[in-house]
Amino acid sequence: MNLLSYLRGEAFQRGVHPPSSKLTAQMPIRRLPFPPKVTVPLSQHIGKAPRPVVKVGQEVVRGEPIARTEDWLSVPHHAPVTGVVEFIGLRPSARGTWVESIVIRAYPGATQEDLWGQPRDLSTASGSEILQAIWETGMVGLGGAAFPTHAKLTVPKQAKVHTLVVNGCECEPYLTCDHRVMVEQADDLITGIRYGMRATGAVRTIVGIEDNKPDALVAINAAIQRAGTVPEGEIHAELVPTKYPQGSEKMLVMSLFGVEIPAGSLPIALGMVVNNVGTLAALGRLLPQGRGLTERVVTITGPGVARPGDYTVPLGTPLRFVLDYAGAPAESRQVILGGPMMGQAIASLDVPITKGVSGVLVFRKEDMAEREVLHTYPCIKCGECVEACPMGLNPSTLGLLASKREYESMGESFHLGECFECGCCTYVCPSNIPLVQQFRVAKQVLRERAVAS
Amino acid sequence: MSATVEIRPAPHIKGERSVEKIMSHVVYSLLPICGFFIFQYGISALALMLVTTAACLLVERWSITTGTQSGNLGDYSAIITGLLLALTLPPGFPLWMGFVAGVVSILLGKVIFGGIGHNIFNPALVGRAFAQAAFPTAIATYTPSFLPGRFAEFIPSTLAWPLMLPADVVLWLKDKQLDALAGATPLAKWKFEGVMASAWDLMSSLSGHLAVGVSPILILLCGAYLASRRFMDWRIPAAILGSAGITAWVLFTFDPTRYPDPFFTLFSGGLVLGAVYMATDMVTSPVTPRGMWIYGGAIGLLTVVIRYYGGLPEGVMYAILIGNAATPLIEKISQPTPFGKGKDKGKLKRRSASYPLNPSYISREEDAAVTPIKHLVKNKPKRDAGSAP
Repeated sequence: MNLLSYLRGEAFQRGVHPPSSKLTAQMPIRRLPFPPKVTVPLSQHIGKAPRPVVKVGQEVVRGEPIARTEDWLSVPHHAPVTGVVEFIGLRPSARGTWVESIVIRAYPGATQEDLWGQPRDLSTASGSEILQAIWETGMVGLGGAAFPTHAKLTVPKQAKVHTLVVNGCECEPYLTCDHRVMVEQADDLITGIRYGMRATGAVRTIVGIEDNKPDALVAINAAIQRAGTVPEGEIHAELVPTKYPQGSEKMLVMSLFGVEIPAGSLPIALGMVVNNVGTLAALGRLLPQGRGLTERVVTITGPGVARPGDYTVPLGTPLRFVLDYAGAPAESRQVILGGPMMGQAIASLDVPITKGVSGVLVFRKEDMAEREVLHTYPCIKCGECVEACPMGLNPSTLGLLASKREYESMGESFHLGECFECGCCTYVCPSNIPLVQQFRVAKQVLRERAVAS
Repeated sequence: MSATVEIRPAPHIKGERSVEKIMSHVVYSLLPICGFFIFQYGISALALMLVTTAACLLVERWSITTGTQSGNLGDYSAIITGLLLALTLPPGFPLWMGFVAGVVSILLGKVIFGGIGHNIFNPALVGRAFAQAAFPTAIATYTPSFLPGRFAEFIPSTLAWPLMLPADVVLWLKDKQLDALAGATPLAKWKFEGVMASAWDLMSSLSGHLAVGVSPILILLCGAYLASRRFMDWRIPAAILGSAGITAWVLFTFDPTRYPDPFFTLFSGGLVLGAVYMATDMVTSPVTPRGMWIYGGAIGLLTVVIRYYGGLPEGVMYAILIGNAATPLIEKISQPTPFGKGKDKGKLKRRSASYPLNPSYISREEDAAVTPIKHLVKNKPKRDAGSAP
């Protein structure tokens, strides 16, 4: 149905339209107070964990590196608060496992200013110097995947990048942190984009924004005007029709350019690099000052939250502190890190905010009541999931195979590996079958078998 | 915070659609059609509908309580089966035969496969096929529509005792000064007598005493409602009616004296009802969009072939049953192409981009693309030795 979606002006085929529920879209970003204690897990990104360079009892200043690495696919961490290192050891993480973490007790009297960084002039720096500087900020993708940004901006020798695509879609319901960053920190974003372009050698930048955020487009266009030095036509901001999961880089590139990224390859195969707006805005602020990433904007929202909003949260702040401040309702039953479609429900409120957490979502019992009563039927083969899967898979057949544990066949004949777990199939399934959950299990089993063999 | 925290895997929100909602909307959309059927044939039609639906619900209830089938009674699917079965039977069909057909529909059509979602054939059509084989005379005995007094008296055959032969409708019709032929369906008349009804009479079902089912226009309207709310896939009826129409038109232009015109083929008999409500049964039709076109096309073609060349005047039922049987095979050859594996990459460009999609310095994004194998660790930028952060 290429023609039909083309006539409807749809950006990419299939996908779903969940209710947007962006409660906090018009609220300015506020600052969360500093917690008495922060927990910085060493592994909060894709890649190897860095090693701690501080000792228990050592005093640290906000912004001081506390973990370093020599491994390219890893990032250093910086102290989010001025205080004293209290403990280095295992602490609970969002995934449920206990991971090596550094716990810092904040000095109550400290001003908590960033004192560490040295302002510097990067206007003449080369691409590799900028990459090195990005590495030193400890930046990872703030959209949720937490992939080290310097590695993402590194262009392999054989490839050439012409376009930097900036992802301002924020297609997940409830989340508004990228939206507010675009509106309030557009100047930083433009600065970050220009660093990104120099690091990759891109000659133009397209910022993709879903059309439910027209104020972000206005803000970015105004910032391009203000920057003045930007050559005409180098940076474009473009509205794309709102649809989940547009924030996936494959879908966004399809929406903006009408090209499919070939299966199994990255956007760099088409000469593009995709980055999140939050990442580039943070880079635009941190790089000239030579500072590290110590805080990020997090959307704290959900029905019943007393003071929902987008907050600048020091990394490592325990969820308990965040939720106490935002006023989580007494009858809340589920706390989710990330958005409602792909976010992760957490078991313990001692879990800290990490670099990849874009939102904290709280649901009460009554918000989930509708799902409780849903009956699970056998697949009635209505084809809703086939019409919803953005990757063009057949979740109906995959689900039937998964319930028979035919994982090999799912991977070989039905392209299970292409699934990026956006959850559209489970969202639309009228029979209430946990499709994407089964696919996660199947992918994990296949991965383990591949390792074992 | 409460003491209990629940952990579930994503996604944490859920669309509105449920099986109950889909099935109940199909039932709602069937109500005007059933009303029209009762308007045409009076209390006999009403009694037949009640009996078949009751039979379906009874068997469904029995099979669920005994654990032979999954699902539950609240999912409305047995009601759909009962109503559709009644709509495909002649209005004067003996009630006890209707009951047997209803029992067979659910028992042989659904229960033995494991209930909702597991059946291979459309249950209503299984019941009808059984009735066709078991009661060949009764199922071919139609009565004219809009008879005077249809709301006061039953068609005599309706009230036959169980396991007894029904009363002769021809004699009853003679009492009403109608000849026996008035009871033949337009398709049977064309097949055996060479008489054709006009297309408009067939489409509205309102004129004269035609022995026809519910007006195809009404069925198409109700189907359009379902398709617009996406409770039914529009591709299947479009494919069936399209392929039947094209086949009939080709044959008609080939030999207009031998074959009826395509409008007659489209709007006579149960083709529209079958295309909109029977073939679109979700469980027994393919899930893949491409498969739906193949499935619908095959059913349309088979219907025309059976009608023109077979011994029976009507071919929709067998065409759909054959289509149901072929569904797994059709799905096998019509799996969707995953994103990024299609051959026609980038054919549809964005219409309203404010930037040049292919500026001069980019030859063509997708054609000139080199696909490097990404070795992240090996592609470090040049830097001074030992300058780790």
